Amino acid sequence: MTQAGHVPGAGSAAASASERARRDMLRDARVTARGGARPRIGADALCEAILLQGSDTIWGYPGGVILPLYDVLVDHPELRHILVRHEQAASHAADGYARASGKVGVCLGTSGPGATNLVTGIGTAMLDSVPVVFITGNVPNALIGKDAFQEIDITGITLPMTKHNYLVRTADEIPYAIAEAFHLARSGRPGPVHVDITKDALMGETAATHPSAAEIEAGLPGYKPKLDGHPRQIKLLAEAIAGAQRPVILAGHGVLIAGAERELLELARAAQIPITWTLLGIGVIDETDPLAYGYMGMHGWKHVNRAIQSADLLIGIGMRFDDRVTGNVRTYAPKAKIAHIDIDPAEIGKNVVADLPIVGDAKHVLDALLPLVTKVDPATRADYFAELATWRTESEGSSWHGSGGFRDGVLSADFVVDRIAAGSNFDANLTADVGQNQMWVARYGGFRRANSHLSSGGLGTMGFALPAAMGAAIATPDKVSWAIAGDGGFQMTLQELATIVQERIPVKIALMDNKKLGMIRQWQEIVYAGNYHSEQLAGPDYLKLCEAYGLPAWKVSKPEEVDAAVTAALAADGPALIWFEIAERQNVYPMMPAGKGLSDLIDKWGDDGEDVTEGATGPRVDPMDPTSGGAK
Amino acid sequence: MTPTTTARSLPGSGDERRHLIVAIVNNKPGVLNRVASLMRARNFNIESLAVSVTERSDTSRMTLTIVGDEVHVEQAAKQLYKLIDVLKVQDVTDDSIVEHEFALIKVRATKRSRPEIVSVAEMHRAKVVDLGDEAVIVEAVGDPTEIDTLVELFREFGIKELVRTGSVVMSRGSGSIEEQVKR
Repeated sequence: MTQAGHVPGAGSAAASASERARRDMLRDARVTARGGARPRIGADALCEAILLQGSDTIWGYPGGVILPLYDVLVDHPELRHILVRHEQAASHAADGYARASGKVGVCLGTSGPGATNLVTGIGTAMLDSVPVVFITGNVPNALIGKDAFQEIDITGITLPMTKHNYLVRTADEIPYAIAEAFHLARSGRPGPVHVDITKDALMGETAATHPSAAEIEAGLPGYKPKLDGHPRQIKLLAEAIAGAQRPVILAGHGVLIAGAERELLELARAAQIPITWTLLGIGVIDETDPLAYGYMGMHGWKHVNRAIQSADLLIGIGMRFDDRVTGNVRTYAPKAKIAHIDIDPAEIGKNVVADLPIVGDAKHVLDALLPLVTKVDPATRADYFAELATWRTESEGSSWHGSGGFRDGVLSADFVVDRIAAGSNFDANLTADVGQNQMWVARYGGFRRANSHLSSGGLGTMGFALPAAMGAAIATPDKVSWAIAGDGGFQMTLQELATIVQERIPVKIALMDNKKLGMIRQWQEIVYAGNYHSEQLAGPDYLKLCEAYGLPAWKVSKPEEVDAAVTAALAADGPALIWFEIAERQNVYPMMPAGKGLSDLIDKWGDDGEDVTEGATGPRVDPMDPTSGGAK
Repeated sequence: MTPTTTARSLPGSGDERRHLIVAIVNNKPGVLNRVASLMRARNFNIESLAVSVTERSDTSRMTLTIVGDEVHVEQAAKQLYKLIDVLKVQDVTDDSIVEHEFALIKVRATKRSRPEIVSVAEMHRAKVVDLGDEAVIVEAVGDPTEIDTLVELFREFGIKELVRTGSVVMSRGSGSIEEQVKR
């Protein structure tokens, strides 16, 4: 839908036209009020620097010390500022914008509470290696350290959860700091960078010019991301692949960040290796591809975890063997040699011992590896793939897979996710929240496109779905963006309904309402012997809520109503919400209790029905104690 | 638990010992805080940390002593390297190095014990830098075990104050970690 005359980030063509008129009117009014020309100040340099870096959207919220920037925004009409309702939402929106587009997200907040409200979003971006530049205002230089109004040591707070951070005190420093921040955010292992700018710096007159990319790199002697893997190690990997009988690829977020999906597929095809993926690796391969085997880990597919446990070679690419992936490391893939490719040397050997470590960018390493790989005739792997196929059939056909859509007319969550994905031609951005809904999206989203799955994997941030989907919708206006949230996560950031209505951001919301904190309830049922507490969650009448916000909405409680509602929501011009009243007691299976291994998956509990009575009996499993019984 | 034939070993031998890490860092405000914060956040225990400017005014040198097994310490070094202001990190524990620490010890003294304190200091190549009626300040330079020995000896007299800088190290021969920093 990108077209001539399109206002950056405005969404549809209609929105673009009115957005342009609104901005022209605002600019004229401001210029008149100011009485004409004015000197260039730090805030101007900031806007210029952001635009020079190729970002056109700022997610933000004004406040006292950041007002000098809002005073000049009108003079930089190419930059769209989207006003959110809470800074946390701005942080996730900038994150979602970056995840969906691969561009650097930009987020803005004022000092004090404006800045502390960004902290959850900064942590989310850090744990998932998302390039976002967070900009905050700070009090005037003379007030720093004086406990001034809305003053907090925000660079002290963000230091351990950013790739780097800055405190900028003069206008002249701004161009360099912003350019360096963008460079750090997007290069190497990406991550959030925070630039705290005092009011003096924003207001000070400056003639400082913008540095070139070469100048920025020259100014960072301590920062040289290693892109190319060691040739000898790559050769050893090619040999290991040639000798393996049961190899499995574990593909992670690093493959998507490097844009190495094609190379990954070439490797898999050449050497006939099934591809499995981590939560953030979803989308590395079209899930309908014959070599796409599935999602791994704690709530991954049983057949996938089985393949990993029986493998003789694991090739981890751009992933970090985190505890949700390996379970108990002692029992993880006991027969496998582990090859580990990652751009961050600190990830190698951190969680598992790598027999074959390769530090480098996924694309660079795979490019170097491919010419060395011995082609494998599919016939020689026939037995292996036949076994994998059998496991897959067993796993997908077992009782916990909700492919039947519903039991006794109750709406099952996995069925809803499947219909949303299918109704959007498996091409939409699906943004998950955290909890059961996140696992249903990961398992049943049927992803076919890179960067179409957005999920807070590392930090596990509830409230992520709606604001991150706003970011995705602005970043990729030609794609449909769904926010699939549970009633818990949705109620954490639902104030953003006002934002999507005011800014006409066409997010489609699927509210998966089981009137519970579902994952909490599931753990209390299985791990805490049915000792339920604080899992019942009341919510408003969401139709009335949407009416109040001016948002079209539908309520669905029967399986046969799902498709029509999805079609109607997609047809609505702009944002819309579907309130799915899903089964109240559906569990996510399989499940690996904490401390257990990938072979210890639970795939059934009690009578496993939606109406299993509370206080289900069964041996107690202590999540912290791997020796306690009940899991297997 | 499902029995497995062979348990995968966890990273690290568990064989803990004291490691000496040298880091060359940008001489900027807040860099010490970044290093200290990283060590805290990642659960590395710094036994000692010495910081000073290098031959170049724009860089500082940090000497850290960390106790842990080889993987633990390697992880600390790798994490340090990820800090943008860290230019070079080296574990010099097994290198041929000179390791020295500086200490000031204020020893409780009487007229009678003073000569004995002075002779203990002299025997250990320590220097008396302040001689009072009730206290003697001894300055000592040496490797940490030599200073430990001296401190033990002075405990008999009573130590009123003790300050140690932590180890600083330099590799023997012509090699220079500072010259290895790429610019």
